[in-house]
Amino acid sequence: MVDAQTLGEALTRFEARRFVKPLDSIACGALIAYHRIEHGFDKAFGAALNPWCHLGALGFLFFWIIAVTGLYLYAVLDTSVDGAYRSIDWLSREQWYLGGVLRSVHRYAADAFVLVTLLHLLREFLLGRYTGFRHFSWLTGVPLLWFVYISGVVGIWLRWDLLAQFSAAATAEWLDALPVFATPLIRNYLSASAVSDRLFSLFVFVHIGVPLLLVFGLWFHIQRISRAEVFPPLALAAGSLLALLALSVALPVASQAAADLSLVPGPLAFDWFYLFWQPLMYATSAGAVWMLAAGATLLMLALPALPHAAAAPVAKVDPDNCNGCRRCFEDCPYAAITMVPHPGGSPGRQLAQVIPDLCASCGICAGSCPSSTPFRTGAELLTGIDMPHMPIGELRGALQRGLAQLAGKKGIVVFGCDQGANVAKLAGEDVASFSLICAGMLPPSFVEYALRGGAAGVLVTGCRAGGCAFRLGNRWTEERLAGMREPHLRAGPPGKAVRVAWADRGEEAELGVALEDLREALAAKPLHNADPIASPLAAPRRMTAHG
Amino acid sequence: MARPISWIGQALLYGLFALIIGYFSSSPPYRHLPADQALIKLSFSHEGKLVSTCRQRTPEELAKLPPNMRAPMDCPRERSPVIVEIDLDGSPAYRKVATPSGLSKDGASTVYHRFPVQAGERRLAIRLNDDARVPGFNYRREEMVTLKPGKVLVIDFNQQRGGITLQ
Repeated sequence: MVDAQTLGEALTRFEARRFVKPLDSIACGALIAYHRIEHGFDKAFGAALNPWCHLGALGFLFFWIIAVTGLYLYAVLDTSVDGAYRSIDWLSREQWYLGGVLRSVHRYAADAFVLVTLLHLLREFLLGRYTGFRHFSWLTGVPLLWFVYISGVVGIWLRWDLLAQFSAAATAEWLDALPVFATPLIRNYLSASAVSDRLFSLFVFVHIGVPLLLVFGLWFHIQRISRAEVFPPLALAAGSLLALLALSVALPVASQAAADLSLVPGPLAFDWFYLFWQPLMYATSAGAVWMLAAGATLLMLALPALPHAAAAPVAKVDPDNCNGCRRCFEDCPYAAITMVPHPGGSPGRQLAQVIPDLCASCGICAGSCPSSTPFRTGAELLTGIDMPHMPIGELRGALQRGLAQLAGKKGIVVFGCDQGANVAKLAGEDVASFSLICAGMLPPSFVEYALRGGAAGVLVTGCRAGGCAFRLGNRWTEERLAGMREPHLRAGPPGKAVRVAWADRGEEAELGVALEDLREALAAKPLHNADPIASPLAAPRRMTAHG
Repeated sequence: MARPISWIGQALLYGLFALIIGYFSSSPPYRHLPADQALIKLSFSHEGKLVSTCRQRTPEELAKLPPNMRAPMDCPRERSPVIVEIDLDGSPAYRKVATPSGLSKDGASTVYHRFPVQAGERRLAIRLNDDARVPGFNYRREEMVTLKPGKVLVIDFNQQRGGITLQ
């Protein structure tokens, strides 16, 4: 649950962005409301399957559903003035069990596509994910909205019923407001004789061509994201598809009366997802809608350029300590690391190289580096790739001091991250907490070091599952602690316990429950020697929603 | 949370998702015009007459031109603006002076205007001038029209079909 204190913290974060002040409080309030909604969904879906954390991937899913169902519709569509309505209407009337269902799924998936796209945009905005290293994804995403709307609106025209007639004429009037056409486009829709078969060929060309451009644009959109999620988790995909199918069977899409340009359509069953702007145009003016559309687009494109807090220093490679193992290259969530020939090494040896523009300063690379181990004997701990504002060597020093304070107390070391629950709020003399930039910055050897250094248990936390601010931090952490990814957690001394509990900022109380859970487990009985480190992936008993 | 309750929660949320999609894909209904109104659309794309006729160049003018450009006739390209006026039941409803398109003003003049009107018997008077050398209007049409509710009346201009047309 997000409390009033979190509101204060969120405000502080917005302060740091130095964005336009009046908008800050509105956006901040929206952020709080959004967190409540997103966390509410956890109760049903669990954090990992929460649809709010997979909006982009759901968009891809709906796009492919549209594409596959569209193939069938294209096969039966007669691209002529008379045939378009007849062929589409035939699907719903005569072949309702296949063509009708596919048509309905096509249409509803298109509506779902625009809905999740807009929610995805809103979520990224509220989370401040439009500036710095994320500006490329933001800027390449904005024009895609136009592609989505162009292809969707033209798709509605293909059925050539009264809604299509109204929408096509309204769009023509809107475009005619721009002084670029020698002959007004609306003249194509003045009478039945003005509408030609060639016009429908143009509609089909646009309805298929623009989505192809959309695919190309989506490819650009995810270029700077490694391991981009282009398909949602299977359970979520299946649930979404089933929901669309159920809707299609329960409420099949049907054409309205055939277009008749000599009449103004009466009440229309209106697709508000795609056509909301057309009634708005008649309520205001074409110029007003142009101003709104162009203004919104320009504002979104300008967002990354507005003043924001200075970016954190990017990761720095130390050639003397980089052995070219490629683990940082593999783990970087934003493809900000390339491998180049090592300048002083033997032939074939490589060196990591950071691309500053792409670096998110998350520290996940430092967590992946095999040199980031506190067991190294040097007085100064230097690693192959490190964060200048939070060096691994300083973390070792802080851990050593924390362990010294815990001596004789059966203490617990908590490793958290600056994006998730605030570990500094965890109370107790038996607790030493350390907040990293991201949970993925934690080298597993630090967990072992803490356990061998006297801690009875270690609690690792970070943003809730599926909600890592740097995308892959909790996934890599879980895999490293479970021994499924290098560098992995080695077996520690017997009788110790490691727990993982993901919790967002504002969920310190829930994290406190997980900590208490660990305390009880440690106090209840010594852990069996054969199981020296309890399964790190086992969720704490009283925190099932976030484990 | 117990798994069955979680499933019920998921089913409800998927249902809500489907409900939102299903509802806003066709509801609430939108009515463009009130039931008792009709729509008049005025639209034409017409090239006005040339603003002036060709004239014979004088020998002095011809001598000043390069040898390859000494055409004896000087024919201006600029066309007249098209002026249109509509009266509805004797009252002025619309007036527009449509300038020719193109940098040299030698293209067509285009007009599009729509105005919803109360359905019923209406007296419509349309006047159009496409020649700057003619004072007043060189095309007129006046007619009683019966506009049923929801009817679209298109006023166009087609010289081959006698000028102002109603359809």
